[in-house]
Amino acid sequence: MKNKILTLLVGIYFGIVLVKSRVIAWQEINDMFRFKDPYMYLVITSAIVVGAISIFIIRRLETPTVSGETIVIKKKPFHKGVVIGGTIFGMGWAITGACPGPIYAQIGSGTLLAVATFLGAITGMYAYAILQSKLPHGSVGASDPCTTSVTP
Amino acid sequence: MLAWILEPWPWYISGPMIGLTVPLLLLLTGKCFGVSSSLRHIGAACAPRSKLPYLSKNYNWRDHTWNIIFVAGIVVGAFIGNYLLSAQPSAFLPAGYQSWVGVSLLFGGGILVGFGARYAGGCTSGHTIMGISLLNWPSLVATIFFFVGGIVSTWLILPLFGF
Repeated sequence: MKNKILTLLVGIYFGIVLVKSRVIAWQEINDMFRFKDPYMYLVITSAIVVGAISIFIIRRLETPTVSGETIVIKKKPFHKGVVIGGTIFGMGWAITGACPGPIYAQIGSGTLLAVATFLGAITGMYAYAILQSKLPHGSVGASDPCTTSVTP
Repeated sequence: MLAWILEPWPWYISGPMIGLTVPLLLLLTGKCFGVSSSLRHIGAACAPRSKLPYLSKNYNWRDHTWNIIFVAGIVVGAFIGNYLLSAQPSAFLPAGYQSWVGVSLLFGGGILVGFGARYAGGCTSGHTIMGISLLNWPSLVATIFFFVGGIVSTWLILPLFGF
């Protein structure tokens, strides 16, 4: 239960930041892909820098979670889908102005047209589920690369 | 003094605060930052009788409820951000999308987002932010191709619809 509340709180935090940073705005995404405005590039780069430093510290100090569990991170594998799926994903991102996080944030922010994007995304996920065995894959991507284990 | 909170945030606040989601999730919940797998979990929960391996084999959406709770939090947080923490609530899609063509673009584009993210094994959260933060090269490749696809759509497809 405590974990669920903490997860919800981090989600709320992320939702607030997505809105206040305007990374969920179609116009910001369009300006990014048109190379009109450095804003999104600065946001993404600084987010990665903070993420990378955080992970470096957590790994270096072997910091456990607040519940005392050891954090074990599995990396996502490479396969052809990273290239093909990545390109298809990018095409959709530019058209809708939303990647999955922003889809939820657009809906929550009252941009209800994004419900169409969400229904499309669920349809796309089903399409992948149906076609999976016919698509070129090296290895099937891990869906949840992070695992935690209780310290003995 | 805190009036700046109500304005759109500058990149040096926005970017680092997005990045901080990574250690917050890891340390508080033991989970890796990622959003697009929620599509799989929600889709599987809505189709409990599905025999598709992706939604049933060695997989149970109930093991991933944290991800559904996380995205529910995003919906709530976005509401708070736009209506309580903004001087003026914003709309995030152009007015031109309020048409059947616009809704079709969103639905069609959404299909590409859902299909592509699941095929690539992650989205901007899981690959671009989490993956590159882990110095995982496949995530950098994924991100490069996110931009290839985005540039193709922006320069070649959207103009066909007047955007």
